[in-house]
Amino acid sequence: MITLIDTLYQIIQMALLVALAPLLTGVVRLAKARLTARRGASVFQPYRDLLRLARKEAVVANNASWLFRVTPYMVFTAIWLAAGLVPTFTSALALAPTADLIALVALLGTARFFTALAAMDIGTGFGGLGASREMTIATLAEPAMLMVIFTIAILVHTTSLPQIVDFILVGGVGLRISLAMALVALSMVAIAETGRIPIDNPATHLELTMVHEAMVLEYSGRHLALIEAAGMVRLLLFVSLILCIFIPWGIASPGSGVSLVVLGLVSYPVKLVFSGLLLGAFETSIAKMRVFRYGEFLGGALLLALLAAIFLFVSTGR
Amino acid sequence: MADFYYDTAHLLGALVLLTSFGLLYQRRLFALLNVFATQAFVLAAAAAWQAFIHGEPHLYITALLALSLKAIVIPVALHRIILRLEIPRAVDSALGVGMTMVIGVSLVTLSILLVMGVTSGAAALTREDLASALSVVLLGLLMMITRRNAVSQVIGFMSLENGLILAAIGVEGMPLVVEMSVAFAVMVAFIVFGIFFFHIRERFDTLDLQNLETFRGEREERPWS
Amino acid sequence: MAASGVLLSRFTGLRDLAYGGTAVLCLAIAAAAVAHLAGNVAPVSLVLPVGLPGAVTHLRVDSLSALFLLVVNVGGVTACLFGMGHDRMARSVGFAGHADRAPVRTLVPLFLAGMNGVLIADDVFAFLLSWEFMSVSSWLLVLSTHRDAATRRAAHVYLVMASFGTVMLMLGFATLIGTAHGASGAFLGDYSFAGIRAGSPAVLPATIAMLLILLGTGSKAGMVPLHVWLPLAHPAAPSHVSALMSGVMTKVAIYGLVRVVFDLIAIPQWWWGAAMLPLGAVTAVLGILYALMQHDIKRLLAYSTVENIGVILIDIALAIVFKSLGVSALAALALTAALLHVVNHSLYKSLLFYGAGAVLAATGQRDLDALGGLIHRMPITSFVWLIGAAAISSLPPLNGFVSEWLSFQAILNGPLLEQWELKIGIAVTGALLALATGLAGACFVRAYGITFLGRPRSNAAAQAGEVTALMKASMIIPAALSVAIGVVPTLVISLLEPVTRAMVGEGLYDGGGRSGWLWVSPASAFGNSYSGFIMIAVIALMSVVAALVLHRYASARLRRAAAWDCGFGDAGPTAQYSAGSFSQPIRRIFLNQVFSARDTVVMPPPGDTAPARFSLELRDPAWDWLFTPIEQLMGRIADRANLLQFMTIRQYLSLMFGALVLLLVVVAVTQS
Repeated sequence: MITLIDTLYQIIQMALLVALAPLLTGVVRLAKARLTARRGASVFQPYRDLLRLARKEAVVANNASWLFRVTPYMVFTAIWLAAGLVPTFTSALALAPTADLIALVALLGTARFFTALAAMDIGTGFGGLGASREMTIATLAEPAMLMVIFTIAILVHTTSLPQIVDFILVGGVGLRISLAMALVALSMVAIAETGRIPIDNPATHLELTMVHEAMVLEYSGRHLALIEAAGMVRLLLFVSLILCIFIPWGIASPGSGVSLVVLGLVSYPVKLVFSGLLLGAFETSIAKMRVFRYGEFLGGALLLALLAAIFLFVSTGR
Repeated sequence: MADFYYDTAHLLGALVLLTSFGLLYQRRLFALLNVFATQAFVLAAAAAWQAFIHGEPHLYITALLALSLKAIVIPVALHRIILRLEIPRAVDSALGVGMTMVIGVSLVTLSILLVMGVTSGAAALTREDLASALSVVLLGLLMMITRRNAVSQVIGFMSLENGLILAAIGVEGMPLVVEMSVAFAVMVAFIVFGIFFFHIRERFDTLDLQNLETFRGEREERPWS
Repeated sequence: MAASGVLLSRFTGLRDLAYGGTAVLCLAIAAAAVAHLAGNVAPVSLVLPVGLPGAVTHLRVDSLSALFLLVVNVGGVTACLFGMGHDRMARSVGFAGHADRAPVRTLVPLFLAGMNGVLIADDVFAFLLSWEFMSVSSWLLVLSTHRDAATRRAAHVYLVMASFGTVMLMLGFATLIGTAHGASGAFLGDYSFAGIRAGSPAVLPATIAMLLILLGTGSKAGMVPLHVWLPLAHPAAPSHVSALMSGVMTKVAIYGLVRVVFDLIAIPQWWWGAAMLPLGAVTAVLGILYALMQHDIKRLLAYSTVENIGVILIDIALAIVFKSLGVSALAALALTAALLHVVNHSLYKSLLFYGAGAVLAATGQRDLDALGGLIHRMPITSFVWLIGAAAISSLPPLNGFVSEWLSFQAILNGPLLEQWELKIGIAVTGALLALATGLAGACFVRAYGITFLGRPRSNAAAQAGEVTALMKASMIIPAALSVAIGVVPTLVISLLEPVTRAMVGEGLYDGGGRSGWLWVSPASAFGNSYSGFIMIAVIALMSVVAALVLHRYASARLRRAAAWDCGFGDAGPTAQYSAGSFSQPIRRIFLNQVFSARDTVVMPPPGDTAPARFSLELRDPAWDWLFTPIEQLMGRIADRANLLQFMTIRQYLSLMFGALVLLLVVVAVTQS
C-alpha cells in the first residue's frame, strides 16, 4: 500500500523540512527585529549560524557520559521524524501509517525526555533547573495537545494526519466552535513547546527566566548545531501542524497530479512566511510570564481543549 | 449557506463563553476590563448576527446597546474609577486561578448536561446557544463568589447579565421589552454599586469586601493566602 | 501444572537450589503458558479430591489464567535470578543487615506458589485460600529482613488492608453464590466457578458483588483510596520481593477483577464501567503525583505502581462499558490495552525495582539525594534502568507506548456512545490519563537524572561498583523483553487474542484490520496504525546518517573541559538540583491545592551563620479519611474475636448452640 511516489514525496518532505526550518526562524527573528525598530540580521543568518557551529570543535564537560553525546542525534532525528509525519505540501506520505498524531506527540516526548536527561548529566545547577521547568511545562502541555487531538479525532474520526487533512479539504467539517477552541489551545501548546514568549524566551541567557536554553547550556560545536536545528524543526513542525489542520488549502491530496503538488510546494513556504511574521508580531506584543504562572497558562490550554471536546458533543448533537 | 449562518452564530456564542474564561483567568484589573469589553463586543456581534439571519431588526438595538454601553462606556468609566480611587490593580482571588478554571469547566459540563436533558427535541442551534448562555451565567456567578475585590465582582455580575442577553437573543421572537429592562436593570445595579464604592471608600478607605466582613465580625482576619 | 504449588514449596533447603529450582520451575510454567496461549488450546480442568470435608478442589487453566501465569512466572524467573545474585554479592562483599536471607529464600517460592494458586483456582475456596497464602507469605517477606519500627508499621498497615481485602472478596463471592439461581429457579449454593457462571444473578446482587470484589481486588492492587499500604509495604521488602509485589502481585489482583467481571458475572452493566472510570483516573493521577514527591527510590516506584494500576483500571472500565453496550470490537480493543499494560508493567516495574535493588546493594542508599553519577560507576544497570524509565514513561518505540496508544484509541471511541455521561466522562478520563502520562515522564526524568546522572552526592555513590552478573541478567531480561514488545508488539498482541475472545467475545483483529506483524492496526481504532519497528528503524538510520555527515563534512573534533555552567566556577555537587527542587514547580502547580502540601523556609537573619532550613509537609487525604477508620474497625473486630480465646466451656457451648439454632432458623425460613 506504500507506493513509490509516496516514498518519493516523503523524502522530498524530509529534505524540505531541514531546508526550510532555519528560514522560518530567520523570518521570525527579522520580524521581531523590525518591530522593535532594529535592522535585524538577514533571514538566512540561522543557516550561517548552524554551519559555523557544526564546523567548530565540540567541547564536552569532563563529567559528561555517553548519554550526553548521543542525545543531540536522538533528539534531532526524533523531532525530524515527527515533523516528517505532518503533511506540508502533499498528504500522500509513506510514513503515515507508521505513526499517527498520538505517536507524534509521544515522539516529541521522547526528544524532550532525553534533552532533560542530558541537561542533568553534567551535574550543574542550571541543567537541573532547565530540566525541571521543561518537564513541568510538558506535564500540562502534553495532555493539552492530546485533548486537541481528541477533539479533532471525534470530528474527523481518525488520528492519522494525512486523513485529517483530506477530510478537512473536502469540506466535511465546517466552522465549529470546538475547532476555534482547539486552535487557541493548540497555539498555546505550540508556544510552550517551542519555547516562545510568554513561556520561554529563545533569545535569553538570563538565568532566572530561561528554560530550554538552561538545558542545552553545556552543548557546543556540532552537538549544539544539532540541538539548535532540532529546535528550528520543532518550530516548523508546530507551525505546519496548525497550518495543516486549520488552513490545509494548498496541500495536494493523494493521487493528485504533479501540478497540484507543485502548487502545494509553492503555497507552503508562503504560508510559512506569513505565520512567521504573525509569530514575530505576537512575541513583540507580549511580555514574558512568571515561571509559576505556567501552570495557569497551560492548565488553561488543557481545560480549553477539554471544553472543545465537550462542546463537540453538543454541536454534533449525537 | 444556512450551515454557515448557524456555524457563525455558534461560534460567536462560544466566543462569549471563552471570554468568560478569560475573565476568570485574568489577574489584573485593567486586563479584566479589557476582556470584559471584548466580551461585550462579541456579544454585540452575536446579537447583530442573529438580527441579520433572522431578520429581526430590533435585535440590532440590543447589539448597539451592548456595544455602546458595555463595550465602551462602562469599561471606560470603571477604568477612571480605578485610577481615581487608587484601587489596587491586582485581582484578589479567594481561590487559585487553576482551581477556579477547573470548577468553571465543570460548570460548563453541568450546564451542557442540563440543557441536553431539557431540550432533547430542540434544534442543535438553540441547544448550543442555551448551553453557552447558561455557562456564561454560571461563570459570572462563580466569578462573583471567588473574587474579593468589589470591581471584579461588579464585572462578574455584568458578565452574568451578558449570559442572560445571550440566551435572549438565541431564542427567536423574544420581545425587545425584556432586553431593554434587563439592560436597565444592569444600569441600575451599576449605579448602585457605584454609590456603594464611594460609600465603602469613605468609611473604610478600601474596596476590599473582606474588610467589611471583618468589620461585621463575620470572619477572622487572616493573612493573604 | 496443578502440582506446581506443592512442588515449589519443596525447594527451601539448599541455598542456590531454592532460587535455581524455583526459577527453572517458573520458566517451565511460563513456557507451558505461552504454548497454551499460542496453541489456542481448550481450557484444562482438574478436580482434586482434597479440600473442605465433603468438597473437592477445582483447578482450571484457560487462556486468561495462562496469560497471567506467564506474567507471574516470568517475574518469578527474574526475581529468583536477582535473589541468587544478591545472595552471592552479600556473601562475597558481606554488607551489613543483609546477612540472613534464609527466610527470604524460603518464602519467595511460597509466595510464587500462592500467586500461581490464585490463577489456577476454579472454585471460591481454592481462590481465597491461595489469595490468603499469597498475602501472608508476602506479609512475612515484608517483615523478613528489617525489623525496625517503620517496617513493622508497614507490615501492620499491610495486614490490616489485606484482611480488609479478603473480607470484601469473601462477602463478594458469598453474594454471588448466595443469590445464584439455576434455570429451574432452585438455589444452587455451588462454590465452584462453573457454578457461579451458571448462576446468572439479578442486577442488584451482581452489582453488590461487583462492588465488593472491586474493593477486595482494588485494595490488593493499590487502587486509590485503598492504596495506603502499598507504598509502605512494597519498598520495605527485599528488592526482588518488592518487584514481585509491585510488578506481579498487583497483576494477580487485576486477574481476580477481570475473572469476576468478564467471566463469572455474565451481565456487566455500563454504569459499572462509568463508576470505575473516575476511580481509575484518580488513581493514575494521584499515584504519579505522589511518586513525584518521593525521595526514596523504592517508594517512588511503589507509587508509580499505583499510577499504572489506575491506567489498567481505566482500560478495564472502558472494556466493561463497551462490552455491556454490545460493542465487542471496542471492548476487545480496551481489554487488549489493559492486558498488554499488565504484561508491560510487570516487565518494566520488575526491572526498575531490580535496578533500585542493585543501587541499594552497591551504595547502601535508597535516598535520591544521596545518589548521583552512577552512570559512570554502574554502566549496565544505568543503561537498562534507562530503558525501564523510558518504557514506563510511555515513550516510543518501547512497550509502554504501545499499550498507551491502544488505551487512547479506545478512549477516542468513547464519544461515539449514546450516553452523555460516558461521552463527557471518557473525554475527561482521556485528559487525566494524558496528564498522568505527562507526569510519569517528569517523574522518571527526575528519578533517573538524580540517581544515575550528574555528580555523586555522597561518598557511597562515588565509590559504587557494578553488581553481579546474575543481578545484571535479571535486569537485562525484562529490558530486552520491553524493547522487543515495543518494536514488534504484534507478537504479544496475538497471544492476547484468545483471552479477549474468551472474555468479551471478540479478538482485536476479528473485525478486520491489518494483522501483519509490522503494524498494530486494530479495525476498531478508526483505521489508525502504529509501527514501532519502522519508527526505530528510521530513527536509527537517520541518527547514523546525521552522525556520519557531521563527522565527515563538518567536524569530528572533541575536547574535554570543565563544565561551562554559565561561567560560574565549580560549585560542587551540592549545587545540583535535588529531588525536592526538581519537583518543586510541579508541587506548586498541583499539590498545594489538592493536598495540603506546605513548605516552610526558615531563613536566618542577616549576619547569622545558621543554615537556612527548608521543610515540606505532605499529607495523603486517603490516609486520614479512609485508612484510619478501617484500621479502627479491623482492630475492634480483632479485639472481639480475641475474647473468644478466654471464654469458659459453658460460654463456648452456648455460642455453638446459638449458631446451631440460628442455622436451623435460616433453613426453616428459606424452605417455607
